[in-house]
Amino acid sequence: MTKLALVDLGRSFGQTAAVQSVSLALAPGEFVSLLGPSGCGKTTTLRMIAGFIKPTAGRIEMNGALLSDPHRVVPPEKRGMSMIFQSYAIWPNMTVRENVAFGLKLRRMPGEDMQRRLNLILDVVRLGALADRYPAELSGGQQQRVALARAIVIEPEVLLLDEPLSNLDANLREEMRAEIRRLHDEFRITTVYVTHDQSEAMVTSDRIVVMSQGRIEQVDDPVSLYNRPRTRFVAGFIGRTNFLDGHIDGGMAVFPGIAAPAGMVPGLKLAPRPVSFSVRPNTVALHRTQPAADGIWCFPGRIVERAFLGEHWDYGVQPDGSDLRLRVATSPQDVHGLGDAVWIGIDPARIVEIPPAESA
Amino acid sequence: MARYLRQLMRAHVVSRRFDPLILLWVALAAVLGFLVVNPLLRLILTSLEAPDTGTFTIANYLAAYGRPRYVQALWNSLWLGASVTVLCLFFALPIAWAVSRTDMPGKGAVRLMVLGAFITPPYLGAIGWILLAGPNAGWLNRLWMALTGAPEGVLDIYSFPGLTFIIAIYSFPYLFIFTASALDVVSSEMEDAANILGAGTLRTVLKVTLPMVLPAILGGAIVTFLETIALFGSPALIAIPARFNVVTTQLQQFFSPPVRSEVAAAYAVPLLLVTVAMFALQRRLIARKGFVALTGKGGERRLIALGPWRFVLLGYALFVLSLSVLLPYASLSQAALARAWGQGWSFANLTLGNFYYLLFEHETAGRSVVNSFLYAGAAACLAIGLSLSIAYIVNRRLLPFAGMLSFLCMAPFVVPGIVLAIAFYAAYAPPPLALYGTALILILAFTTRFLPIGYANASAAIRGINPEMEEAVRILGGGRLLAVRRVMAPLMKRSLVGAWLLVFIPATRELSTAMFLYGPRTRTMSVMLLDLSEEGNFERLAALGFLLLAATIVIVGVGFRLVGGDFMLRRGRS
Repeated sequence: MTKLALVDLGRSFGQTAAVQSVSLALAPGEFVSLLGPSGCGKTTTLRMIAGFIKPTAGRIEMNGALLSDPHRVVPPEKRGMSMIFQSYAIWPNMTVRENVAFGLKLRRMPGEDMQRRLNLILDVVRLGALADRYPAELSGGQQQRVALARAIVIEPEVLLLDEPLSNLDANLREEMRAEIRRLHDEFRITTVYVTHDQSEAMVTSDRIVVMSQGRIEQVDDPVSLYNRPRTRFVAGFIGRTNFLDGHIDGGMAVFPGIAAPAGMVPGLKLAPRPVSFSVRPNTVALHRTQPAADGIWCFPGRIVERAFLGEHWDYGVQPDGSDLRLRVATSPQDVHGLGDAVWIGIDPARIVEIPPAESA
Repeated sequence: MARYLRQLMRAHVVSRRFDPLILLWVALAAVLGFLVVNPLLRLILTSLEAPDTGTFTIANYLAAYGRPRYVQALWNSLWLGASVTVLCLFFALPIAWAVSRTDMPGKGAVRLMVLGAFITPPYLGAIGWILLAGPNAGWLNRLWMALTGAPEGVLDIYSFPGLTFIIAIYSFPYLFIFTASALDVVSSEMEDAANILGAGTLRTVLKVTLPMVLPAILGGAIVTFLETIALFGSPALIAIPARFNVVTTQLQQFFSPPVRSEVAAAYAVPLLLVTVAMFALQRRLIARKGFVALTGKGGERRLIALGPWRFVLLGYALFVLSLSVLLPYASLSQAALARAWGQGWSFANLTLGNFYYLLFEHETAGRSVVNSFLYAGAAACLAIGLSLSIAYIVNRRLLPFAGMLSFLCMAPFVVPGIVLAIAFYAAYAPPPLALYGTALILILAFTTRFLPIGYANASAAIRGINPEMEEAVRILGGGRLLAVRRVMAPLMKRSLVGAWLLVFIPATRELSTAMFLYGPRTRTMSVMLLDLSEEGNFERLAALGFLLLAATIVIVGVGFRLVGGDFMLRRGRS
């Protein structure tokens, strides 16, 4: 069953296409993030879902009924959704209680029910004691929780969040993203969350939609997205990675200055062709002596860069006879000096083939 | 216009069904057409028509610029504008620098008095100065004669330098506002950088600070120049007795019987063109913020310690401000409360009779006070209502081509008041409307004249509120009207009161527009003042001026209370 469906959705402003053929279906109660760099079309998509922007192509449906297409747009106030804005948009002329009660009053909820709902939600977001304050008297995190309470209390069909944490400082951001997920687990509201921060998306979401230049690059759960990126953009945007660009020739994967048996990469087609791989820094191991283990790609090389980041070492290594440079992340105990000769071990089972650079 | 309308209709037919907002657009465009487009069009057409036959002719221009003394008046205006601007630079720059950048004491008082100079109608100050520096009888001349035993005074306000002086002391606040707001955002680090390389305070000011705010100063100078050449009241009081003419007094003479409005129109068109061109220049100067825009936040601000020099600067500021505020206010209030102003302050000479006479005995003076406030209030409501609707449509992009409405709202900014009056006369004095002399034509002309102030402020008020505030209402289920009523209106209340006052205050004392449009029963205080000055009764004149000034001060005070801060001295209106 589908709660919310975007079908071939597009929006252009004059000559520039902000969003192109975006298709997506959300199951009831699902939490989906739109993730991408600024200008990738994620906010435009969200505002089309909200009804603030009219699509120039495709359509949006909720519970099987049409919400938007290029000819007809159900206005925002008729969609039964709610939204949390980047600026929170807490009305400064109303108290916390009045802000949260606003949507309930519009729905003409009877007084007693309303008070009960209000008190419940204010307790859930831990604002009970501040209910009669004005927004100007609240901290950033508290204002954020008012916005959450105001959006959730009406039990919307769909909850929309537009970079809600971007105005908070780092500690608060971590706390609030956990809070958002907690509230979702409690109320199970179908949610679309827009962010450019991959860790926010990974903490909160059931599925993540990675967008770039107005198009969807990949839709997947956080684990698959990290481990099995399908495009060069996704591999580079979600976590750090090394790109190995070369070609397959005679059963060998040939890169500038080095080569390794291609057959060791599971499922790789061995026909001669250009090929690219994404190799995560934490899937590369450094050894002082040549490792005995079979089934790994192994090259001699040396340390050309290093930095200690506390939780891990960050090395730059260069295979001998190659001008490739690989990023490697190792445990803090794994210490090598600058210029040291090392053996670089890459586990072929953990590298991912991506479309070659030319076509990306 | 028709083309825009067609495109507008098309744009909408394609995208959705008929939108009632289009009707609003048409209505607003019609109102602006009536207030702005039609009068200016009529002005230009009238200047090119033979008055009786209506055929095309350039005879009006030949009549307007055919005689040497008419050309001389134009020359006098330009020369007057230039001298006033130079004098204003001497008044405004040191005070602006001292208030903005240094540790000069008494800044609050100085700012307050600059505001005082700003809200004083220039023609009222001129009357104050006639009492101070009229030949022989003026207080300063009498003081001079008493001190030196000289047979006659040294000052003569009825002269070109006299006129330059009394205009400059009320015009320099423009330059002050421009310069001080530019200096306010110059980071101290800019100056520190010069200091650390070895430049002293004076050298830093001249080589670093001043050049950075130069575009703002030039912008302020252009505004000062244009305000001066468009001024009617002070020249009417000073230049006519001194037997020389400027453009505005010459225009008035074209309007005295036999009225030759087509010649006046022709004579006014070049004034309009000069103004448009110079404002275009000013916009370019201000827009080229390259070296004014600075570092965003402005960095740390630190005041320059002047040592004993700070008292010198304070002395200079107080000197200038006593010329524009303290002395004329003193002479005006003395005259207003005196049986005969020449007898000086004495108990026997004190009376409230002048006020009594004006308010209860004089045929039209009492009514003129009521008229002024009534018309100003009505014009302020109209201007703000109109600007607010248009600014909302423009900012929310509710309709295509809304930008044209906003352009029309700002257009009167480049039209001198006196030119606007002639344009309104040309458009609406003849039948079928025959509005000449009615309250309506005055209210509409005031509305047009101050529409740009209203629009700039209404637009700023709307832009000051994040659109998400409104979107939050809508996504929760409230319509646009509810969003405006429950969220936008309460949030904009204060800034709208401020905007209303900023239209209301200048409208209460507007002279140049009223001068050509009033009728026997629609005199305003400003017109009344000029009439009284022709009778030469300075006590009653001063009393009326006193009333106007007192009312203005009360209103500005209320504005301070409600809106807070120095809402009148903020930049961005100009």
